Amino acid sequence: MMKTVLTSPEELLKEFEEKINSEQKIEPLDWMPEEYRNHLIRQISQHAHSEVIGMQPEGNWITRAPSLRSKKILLAKIQDEGGHGLYLYSAAETLGVSRDQFIQWLHKGKAKYASVFNYPALTWADMGAIGWLVDGAAITNQVSLQRTSYGPYSRAMVRICKEESFHQRQGYEIMWKMMQGTKDQQEMAQDALNRWWWPSLMMFGPHDGDSPQSANAMKWKIKRETNDNLRDKFINKTIPQAELIGLKIPDSKLELQEDGTYIHSDINWEEFWKVVNGDGPCNEQRLEHHIKFHNEGEWVREAAIKSGLK
Amino acid sequence: MKNKDNQGELWEVFIQSKAGQPYKHAGSVHAYDREMAIDNARDAYTRRGEGTGLWVVKSKEIVAVTPNEEGYFFDPANDKVYRHPTFYEMPEGVKQM
Repeated sequence: MMKTVLTSPEELLKEFEEKINSEQKIEPLDWMPEEYRNHLIRQISQHAHSEVIGMQPEGNWITRAPSLRSKKILLAKIQDEGGHGLYLYSAAETLGVSRDQFIQWLHKGKAKYASVFNYPALTWADMGAIGWLVDGAAITNQVSLQRTSYGPYSRAMVRICKEESFHQRQGYEIMWKMMQGTKDQQEMAQDALNRWWWPSLMMFGPHDGDSPQSANAMKWKIKRETNDNLRDKFINKTIPQAELIGLKIPDSKLELQEDGTYIHSDINWEEFWKVVNGDGPCNEQRLEHHIKFHNEGEWVREAAIKSGLK
Repeated sequence: MKNKDNQGELWEVFIQSKAGQPYKHAGSVHAYDREMAIDNARDAYTRRGEGTGLWVVKSKEIVAVTPNEEGYFFDPANDKVYRHPTFYEMPEGVKQM
């Protein structure tokens, strides 16, 4: 026999916030405020879409990888991104939205993905820059999100972080090797850094004051660190990595402080919002590609349902 | 575009990290049948030798205690402290107990 406990909304909210404050995780069947649920649905699905859309710029280079070694590595990395998308969709689905719904929201432009993937991958050096910088920025964010208050999201982050460090290292290795190569290769590596540096910094999102969702997300520990803090962490660890292999960060205002941190120029926010709102170099191409292949797979899903029913 | 729920059923994945260890929940996958579920679980959760054993089970087949009834449900355990070894008094000097 089940006993029903009647609790008022105020009590439920109090209990919820006490759990958050004592660092307990919130689990799918626990009571949670609608704003908490909606924030998670938006954030986790956006994160999942980013992993999957992020496969495209690199997929572009599989057939042109310069060696069998690099081709195998690139394939493994892209497979990981697909896997990370799956972990995250699963975590998002625990909030009561189906995967089809998430994909439909993506296709309609209602759900976003990291705007960094709307830039093109023009040369092989871009595979280095993406792994080193884009994955590096993602790791900085994801390490912090391992402590997020929602259990399924936190567990997905732990798993993803274990796998991501190979991604960053393989990217840095590409850059390092090119910097030891011919003058043309060195220039190619520097050019890739020049194009990916600012989009990577934009991945952390707007300044906290301009980030409308930040306050509740911090209060309820969905996010554990602010956008600007995470961005500074990334900048401070990445600049010495660039210098070590002879690359120059494309920022004329860069200045090392006594405490080991850097002063840097502000981001071009006009460009950021332009790309977020759909007007980047590859927005249309990325989404069209996803829609095309999703629709072309329709008959496979239909057939699989029929075969599964047997 | 219609919203068709045609991505298969949800399955929960459990991994045994080493022989002799208990199976632990790893996450979930979508699949249309048992074979596809176990293949998808392998591809999604054990790409780096994470396991020696793998279980998948349809999510809807799992019976769970809801958080609302947690208190009552586990209540019977609370008044039986004599189930814990520390409940018992032991004479000074007793060994290997």
